[in-house]
Parts: sequence; structure tokens; C-alpha cells
Amino acid sequence: MNATPQLIGSSGDSLREAFGKSLVDLATRYPDFVVLDGDVAGGTGTHHFRKHYPARFYQCGIAEQNMVSMAAGMATCAMPVFVTTFAVFSLRAVEQVRLSVAYARRNVKIVASHPGLDVGPDGASAQCLEDLAIYRAIPGMVVLSPADPLEVAAATEAMLRYDGPVYMRSGRSPAQRIFETTPPFEIGKNRVLRTGSDVTLIACGKMTAQALAAADTLAKASISAEVINAASLKPFDHACLRTSVAKTGAVVSAEDHNVIGGLAGAVAESLAGGQPAPLETVGVRDTFGESGEPDQLNQKYGLTPAAIVAAAERVLARK
Amino acid sequence: MDLPQTELAVADLEKRALQARRLSLAMIYHAASGHPGGSLSAIDLLTVLYFQELKLTNAAFSNWKRPRFVLSKGHACPAHYAVAALAGLLPMRELNGLRKINRALQGHPHVGATPFVEASTGSLGQGFSIALGMAMGFRHRGENLPVYAMLGDGELQEGQVWETAMCAAHYRLNRFCAVIDYNKLQSDARNSEIMALEPLADKWRSFGWAVNEINGHDVPAIQQAFKTFAAETERPTVIIAHTVKGKGVGYMEDVPAWHGSVRLSDDNLIDALAACGVDRQGAAAYLSGAVFEEAQP
Repeated sequence: MNATPQLIGSSGDSLREAFGKSLVDLATRYPDFVVLDGDVAGGTGTHHFRKHYPARFYQCGIAEQNMVSMAAGMATCAMPVFVTTFAVFSLRAVEQVRLSVAYARRNVKIVASHPGLDVGPDGASAQCLEDLAIYRAIPGMVVLSPADPLEVAAATEAMLRYDGPVYMRSGRSPAQRIFETTPPFEIGKNRVLRTGSDVTLIACGKMTAQALAAADTLAKASISAEVINAASLKPFDHACLRTSVAKTGAVVSAEDHNVIGGLAGAVAESLAGGQPAPLETVGVRDTFGESGEPDQLNQKYGLTPAAIVAAAERVLARK
Repeated sequence: MDLPQTELAVADLEKRALQARRLSLAMIYHAASGHPGGSLSAIDLLTVLYFQELKLTNAAFSNWKRPRFVLSKGHACPAHYAVAALAGLLPMRELNGLRKINRALQGHPHVGATPFVEASTGSLGQGFSIALGMAMGFRHRGENLPVYAMLGDGELQEGQVWETAMCAAHYRLNRFCAVIDYNKLQSDARNSEIMALEPLADKWRSFGWAVNEINGHDVPAIQQAFKTFAAETERPTVIIAHTVKGKGVGYMEDVPAWHGSVRLSDDNLIDALAACGVDRQGAAAYLSGAVFEEAQP
């Protein structure tokens, strides 16, 4: 019955594949959780779990509102429940997340794949650029956006150890590796991945790798950039950011999301609330995406290391 | 009150339902807002559910293995709270706190201070899915406990209801029972004017449900419908209970304006209580709130 370890992060795993494999790896140590799917198991990575644990996998059909509220009901039978779908389709059930799950504080974990421009050719209808802002605004929701397959594995276990509602973004494209080994993960804690003194680059999801690349480029111009991986958007790690900003005095945020309300919003709130400093934001500038390969879209919409470097130069000029 | 209630005679159930009507009206009067029409139409069904089917005690709520009831038509919560108080699941004096700040009883049901409220509802359609999830959870855990959900008729216009109906039949959840308080009126007007529901029984049959149509104010018929549900082995059950909105208070019956959220005047309450067998002298305790200080009013 027990599946063999899933080799998370191997051969260009996407974050969604890492999530599906993590569920398999965690299934024996956490024997109570179940996984709900809205007919997108091939896309969210949960097909791995379905294959090994079919009795703990529930097909809900293309009916996200029922799936989310149903998860809230199942969670009352002493089991954590994962709701898995594409990020945009989860938005169809935001009110169900709000009332059935969050208001009642049910132990439901919504894990959504296909965030942002990373979705690529399917086009704007499937490219979710709003989820982080929307879920952040729901009282009591934890909002996570890990950056690397091994961090997804750590975040998935952290969710299971936490009794309450969580939203987590995975990702569609092959992920750039950041961590050699599974990093520690604590809800509400973000980590400095690279220390620096001139500017703070804070990023989440796929943009964390872009921020690290930008820091390399900036170093060649003798600009010392500190990089924070903001996998925990809510609760937001104010201490981590403010400690960094006390040193650097300038911030660039970077996310595959609208620049309104997501990571940029969390960072702006944190800075304004305790450690004022100039901020430049990298992200999609309040517009919808379009079809195209993710790399092409990243170039067109400014989600690249070069865009982060340019933002760093702008924010340094404002110090 | 922590002992299970024994089987009650029809007359006893009717007496408790009448008392729940009086309390619901007094609660809405003291809250200065609330939904009397859909509370009164649901009370006979709720009374039979709590006193005959669920038979819950406060001790039951420390264990997830308990029969469940979800009020999906959350706006009828005054009736739910009154019946729960009469069943010993809520201190009677809490009824006086309905819709008031720093008190337990929210204007729509909320999971929290009141264990008998199993789901936060008030946005129509969601409670039915939450109840389905409870039935799925019991199935997953190998528990054979029943789950009941009460829906309004206007609520059936929500698409989520039909997602739930499809899912329950797909998984053959025979321990899942929907009770529709079919009073024919919704917030603004008759269902037939807002968005027609008929042929309603055919809709549920075509979705794979066992359908039982009854008079939702006929206590023996309600008892029989729950017995039929208990014997069902293949399909989820829907009890389409034909009811009268505002039942028991003549001037409210079948009048959309009493859907809510309504402020009851002193005369409104006195007249409504008179219809429920409370004379002018007896009404004083309801007007003052003293009735909520009695252990079993």
C-alpha cells in the first residue's frame, strides 16, 4: 500500500508535480487527510495521489462551489481536506471559501495550480493574477506561495500540521531549483536567501528565482542586494522584512500576480506600518494576460530578472 | 437535560412547536429585526427533527460521531435557536441576545459559541453542500450516521444546490436527507413570479433522489417521512414539505412582506402571540423578555 518516496524536484518538476508527489510522501505519516479534485487531477499534480491512495481521493466533478463547501463539511469529521483545482477556478468559489471554510475555521487546504502568466498558452481566462489579493483579504486565511519543489513539499507538511484554512499556490511550468535539500518551513516566517546591504528584493513563487538572478546581475554593478523569499504572504513576516529594510533602506517586490493587493500589497502595508522605505513593484500592472509561452509573456509583461534590476535601480534613485 | 429525549406523542411535539413559535416571535421582536415568515414555516419540521430524529444532548457535541443537522436556509435561525433551546441545547436566556452585539446568537447561523450550530450559513446553497460533506465524511470514516439539511424554496435557485444534488446521488449517500421548506414565497414575491421551481419533484427524481412530498405542518406525516428516509438504502432522500410561510400567525400567513428582515411592533407581537394561544396578560412576559428567564417557558 505504501508508495515509494517520490523524488520531489527531479527532472524539472513543476511546483504542481511537487505538490502531488508531496501528498503521496505524507500519506502514511498523516493517515487522515483526503484530497478533493474538480476534474483537473492531471493538471494539479494530484494524479500521483489518486494512483496510490484512490480511497482517499474524491472526484467532485466540475463544480467548485460544492467542492469547497463539501470540504468544509468533511473537515468536521476530524480530517484535513485538500481542495485542489486551478487558481482561477478556485475564484469561482471564493464566497464558499469565505463562509463555509474561513468563517467556520474549518481545516481545509486549498491548493491551486496554474497561477499567473506561468499558465502560458491557455491565455488570460486561465491566468490567475488576483488570487493572492483575494485570499489575503479573507479573515483567518493563511496564504502561501512557495518558490521551489522542495519548498512545496515542506509547505505541504506545514499545512497539515496547522489546524485551519490555508490557500497555497503551486505552479505550472518546470520550476527553477533554489534549495539543495528540503528547507525548513514555518507558516508566518520568511527567509533571507542572500544577504546584501543596498536594496531588498522580496519575491514569491517563481519570481524568487528571478530575484536571485537579478541579485547576481546587480552584484556585477557593485550593488549589494538582499533577497527574501516571501513564501508566507499571510501571516506576513514583518520582522524579516523590517530587519532587512533597516539595513538596505529600499525595496523591490516581485510576483507573478497583479501588483495590486498581493505581495506588493503585503510589502507596502508592512513598510508603511513600521519601517517606511521606497518601494518599486514588479508584477503584472493591473491588466489581463494573453496567450503565449511563459517566457515570452514574462518578457512582454516585465516578470524577468532584468525588470527586477531596473526596478532596483529606480528604487535606489529614490533613497 | 443531558439525557436523550424519549419518543414523544404527536400532541407533545405540536405543543413544543407552538412554544417554539411563540419564542421565535419574541426573539424577533426583541432583536428588532429578523425573518418571521420562514421561521414559522420551518418550525414543525425542526421540532420533529430535534425531538424525534436527532435527539442530541450537549454531551454529543464533544464527539464528531453524532447525527448532523445544517440549517441551509440560515435566515430561519430564530426557529432553529428556539427549538434548540427547548431541546436543552442552549440556555433559554441566550434567546434574548439574538442579533445583539457581544452575544452568541448571530443574525445568521455561525459555528462557534453554540455547538448545535454545525455550519456557518446565510449565503444560500452553501449549507446543503456542507451537509453533503458531513455525509461524505461519515461514509469515508465508515460511520452510518444521518445528516439532514433544511433548504428554503428560493434557495433552490442557487446553482450550487444542483451541484450538491448531483454529487449526493453520484455517491449514493443514502444517509443524507434534504428537507425543503416549500412555503412558495421568497424575499420579494412568490417563487413562481421570481423564478419558477416546478416541476420540483420531477427535478429531484431526475437527479437520482428518493422524493417524498408531504404537508410540512402535519406532524405524523413528518414522522413517517423520516422513517421512510431511514429505510432508504440506495439514494439520498429529499422531503419536499409543503408549508405556509408565517404558519400559525394569521396575518403573516402567505404574505411576502413578512419574509424579513422585519421589526415587530408591540401590537404585532401581541396579535401574533394571540394566534399562538397566548392572551394579552400572558403576552406581558414575552414583551418584557421575562419569558427568556424561564427554564421551560
